[in-house]
Amino acid sequence: MFLIECPWCGMRDETEFSCFGEAHIARPLETEKLSDEEWADYLFMRKNPKGAHREQWLHAAGCRRYFNAERDTVSYQISATYKIGEKPPGGSRK
Amino acid sequence: MSERFRTEQGGRVDREQEIQFTFNGKPYTGLAGDTLCSALLANGVHMIGRSWKYHRPRGVMSAGAEEPNAIFQIEKGNRTIPNARGTQVELYAGLDASSVNCWPSLDFDLLSINSKFSRMMPAGFYYKTFMWPKSMWMKYEHFIRKASGLGEAPRETDPDRYEHTHRHCDVLVVGGGVAGLTAALAAGRAGARVIIADEQSEPGGLTLASKAHIDGIDALQWIENAVAELQEMPEVTLLSRSTVFGYHDYNFLTINQRLSDHLPIAARSGGREKLWQVRARQVVLATGAAERPLTFANNDRPGILLASAVSTYTNRYAVKPGKRAVVYTNNDSAYQSALDLKAAGVEVVAVVDARTDSASELANTVRSTDIQVINGSVVVDTAGHKRLRSVQVMRLSADGSTVSGNVNSMACDLLAVSGGWSPVVHLNAQSGAKPVWDEEASMFRPGETQQAQVSAGAASGRLDLAGCLAEGADAGNQAAKACCFKASMKAPQAEKVDAEATLPLWNAPSPYTRGRGPKAFIDMQNDVGVADIELAVREGFQSVEHVKRYTAMGFGTDQGKLGNINGMGVLAQTMQQSIAATGTTTYRPNYTPISFGSFAGQNLGDRLFDPVRKTAMHAWHEENGAKFEDVGQWKRPWYYPQAGESLHDAVNRECLATRESVGILDASTLGKIEVRGPDAAKFLEMIYTNNWMKLEVGKARYGFMLGEDGMVMDDGVTIRIAEDHFFMHTTTGGAAGVLAWMERWLQTEWPEMEVFLTSVTDHWATAAVVGPKSRDVVAAVCEDIDFGASAFPFMASKTGKIGDVECRVNRISFSGELAYEVNIPANYGRFMWEKLMQAGEKFKITPYGTETMHVLRAEKGYVIVGQDTDGSVTVDDLGLGWALSKTKPDFIGKRSLSRPDTVRKDRKQLVGLLTEDPMTVIPEGAQLVNDPAAAIPLPMVGHVSSSYYSACCGHSIAMALVKGGHHRMGETVYAPLSSGRVIKATITEPVFYDKEGAKPDA
Repeated sequence: MFLIECPWCGMRDETEFSCFGEAHIARPLETEKLSDEEWADYLFMRKNPKGAHREQWLHAAGCRRYFNAERDTVSYQISATYKIGEKPPGGSRK
Repeated sequence: MSERFRTEQGGRVDREQEIQFTFNGKPYTGLAGDTLCSALLANGVHMIGRSWKYHRPRGVMSAGAEEPNAIFQIEKGNRTIPNARGTQVELYAGLDASSVNCWPSLDFDLLSINSKFSRMMPAGFYYKTFMWPKSMWMKYEHFIRKASGLGEAPRETDPDRYEHTHRHCDVLVVGGGVAGLTAALAAGRAGARVIIADEQSEPGGLTLASKAHIDGIDALQWIENAVAELQEMPEVTLLSRSTVFGYHDYNFLTINQRLSDHLPIAARSGGREKLWQVRARQVVLATGAAERPLTFANNDRPGILLASAVSTYTNRYAVKPGKRAVVYTNNDSAYQSALDLKAAGVEVVAVVDARTDSASELANTVRSTDIQVINGSVVVDTAGHKRLRSVQVMRLSADGSTVSGNVNSMACDLLAVSGGWSPVVHLNAQSGAKPVWDEEASMFRPGETQQAQVSAGAASGRLDLAGCLAEGADAGNQAAKACCFKASMKAPQAEKVDAEATLPLWNAPSPYTRGRGPKAFIDMQNDVGVADIELAVREGFQSVEHVKRYTAMGFGTDQGKLGNINGMGVLAQTMQQSIAATGTTTYRPNYTPISFGSFAGQNLGDRLFDPVRKTAMHAWHEENGAKFEDVGQWKRPWYYPQAGESLHDAVNRECLATRESVGILDASTLGKIEVRGPDAAKFLEMIYTNNWMKLEVGKARYGFMLGEDGMVMDDGVTIRIAEDHFFMHTTTGGAAGVLAWMERWLQTEWPEMEVFLTSVTDHWATAAVVGPKSRDVVAAVCEDIDFGASAFPFMASKTGKIGDVECRVNRISFSGELAYEVNIPANYGRFMWEKLMQAGEKFKITPYGTETMHVLRAEKGYVIVGQDTDGSVTVDDLGLGWALSKTKPDFIGKRSLSRPDTVRKDRKQLVGLLTEDPMTVIPEGAQLVNDPAAAIPLPMVGHVSSSYYSACCGHSIAMALVKGGHHRMGETVYAPLSSGRVIKATITEPVFYDKEGAKPDA
């Protein structure tokens, strides 16, 4: 069971959290102007990397705040958690 | 003393305390300190059960968790435990044990005939034989289950109590052998908070069966001193009878502590087991090593034991496991067992050593006695049925590939075997490591892991006592230092013992033709032999994981603890590759089987496991005979049967009464969320598909929420209480999800919006008063509200008072009738309900439940999200396109509504169905076809989502999702049922009652 540092509450057990998959997916502003492919990319396409992955988590049984975490999908080590709107550590990564 | 096979003296049993117990109904006597197996062996009982597939007689093999054969059904009735390892069951007065796999009895087993036909039951036998013809599988399965079952699961409720506890510690030491004790001492003396968990009844591990010395004193005395010191330390917790069975991420480990199983049943009190969930900063794995058996023909007879188990039984339990013994080994450690047997008064005929030479001090000590040491030889077969009678020994050729010469047959009733040692790497592997094969030492050692963990002693491959002490001290010091304590304990000292290398002997040569001789077993519990693994390879299985599943090697209650490494050796040899390349199967929790009770703890029933939610009027419903339906965690009244009424009688009566006069429904369970803030309306514009900016204060509107994929997610009525204050209703089951969904948008996408969400579902009790007389009823209860049709129109909301209590009345309808939903703070729910019932008395107000609610709404074609939708249905599919704003630039899911898949003409669309026979009700979920006479498989065109008998219409009604249904009005579809019956129906609009929709507006 993971030990996750909620940016608002500190270290808590994984059982208090829910994971919402890939983080940093911004909703397009003018959705009507998007092609079907562009919209499908936003809607369905998700990264599934081996290694470092940025995910959105919710402290569901706690402060009910969403936040982001960088987690290694192989070792399961969470290298950082940060609030929504904050820049991910180590800058952007494509 | 009545036990014939007790030694004269010694051992850690209490000769003053005799204990009576029964095995298969027969009474026996043992001693305090015995395990079930040691007590049976003391009585000369070796044969414990029959094997799983061939029903061969089997006996005790080991003295620990790896035991494959000696598994028992302990006790009967509500405390029965299946498949308990007799090697770990502590003896108590009155213990009732029986064999698990023999029928009709242990001595006379009808199915042992399987043994004669073993060649006809190879690996994959069940897959090959019983899968054809397919229709017979259920019948075969019944027989196979009876023939092959292990223990029997309890059928009665468990009377015992189980507990959970959560702990944090600096250092968790797993295993209370000398390495673990030393590590705990080092960390404990440094001041660290330590938990040390040991599986056995007392700490000491294998050293409890040793005659060695530590720091110049008897090893047993040293252990006693160490335990006493640990118990004195306030920061140290020493757990006995506690198995660390799971190693999870971030040093989270689970421990099963057995609190009372060792006591006579009448003396038990408090809990039976405690589940410790421990988060440790550092973990020391001192789990020891397990001895491997050797593989040869008929290596499974009762009387063949691991050499280390023989030492444990003689030295620790004061039991002579036989009268005349042979020791068979490929390494040095078994020589000690020969000496232990001799000291206990057992005649030792010979030590058969596969190695051409053995010159260690220990081997030479054996040679100096009357025990014959036969080097360069192997056991090739054994004789005896229910007990070993003799072993057959042949010389091994110089290159080890063949056997030759005369067969030397030695009479004996005990064979102690040792095939080398395997560190218990299970927890290390569970923590994310891959065990590493050490060719020189012939063992898998623990691998690298991300977690803060170190293995020490035999668990890391150091098999000698001095090495265990040194590694234990080092591990304890290091772990404490990693937690910022100063630690510098010196390792306790023990004599250095020289040992020569183990000769790998996975599948020793045999005089029999390959695959033709008697079975040489790898996995005793699953009756997997060398030939089965060879067959699996011949049939094309190469991965160790596939071979495991094809042969069943490593399944069962022991999970291959005894035989798996040998099996991997045989597999590697058969495939002519290295063991390192072959690898191990995956080690998963749990290390040993854990009771369900332990996991459940106190999370039982409807109080703590799945809490029941009741509305404020629940007691009234109960008092008035309601039957309840589970909706999520809620108990909702389903219907209120009167004397002699069936469900359908009651629903017909409730429907008619409501449509003709007035009915009342407890609607408290609907989700309620307050949406407040300056941007509340703007936010709802994005969340819902229709317009909210211009909704007047005091007015309500029905809305759909979509997922971003455009599919219907939830629906409900939302009321504007003030400019910046909305009161949202959600479906009963969707409330929590909708709240999290809206929070997610607010927190992650539109943090600039000033909106606050509050769940108020439990704050309000709600009664829906429905029917032509509803206005009279509510008007009599809330005298301060003007209920006039123009003063209080449809889709309006007003506040008022019932007595002195503030309430809110919404004129909304889920039935197509004139209707009002009255809300009051939940504590006044019953007060409100009784007022309404009283006011409705003269109209014969009829309480109704969810079933009538469903019928009333289906008569009007109102959908229920989750019943008439399934996550693949759009608002247009429901025929409710009017609810989609054409003017808003955007809302959640809008862009998806123009995706090619969403605008397909042949999407499943909501329609009504009228059956040819008006009294026939199509089962919900029935599939629909155009032509029931078409070739199978019939192309399916839709399914029935809602279906009822409508008393108001006088015929059945149904709603269905049909491909292109909106353009098929008047066409015929068929519902072929599994019974063979076919129901014919006509597609219609899904509104069956009051098609003009005038009534709610009355």
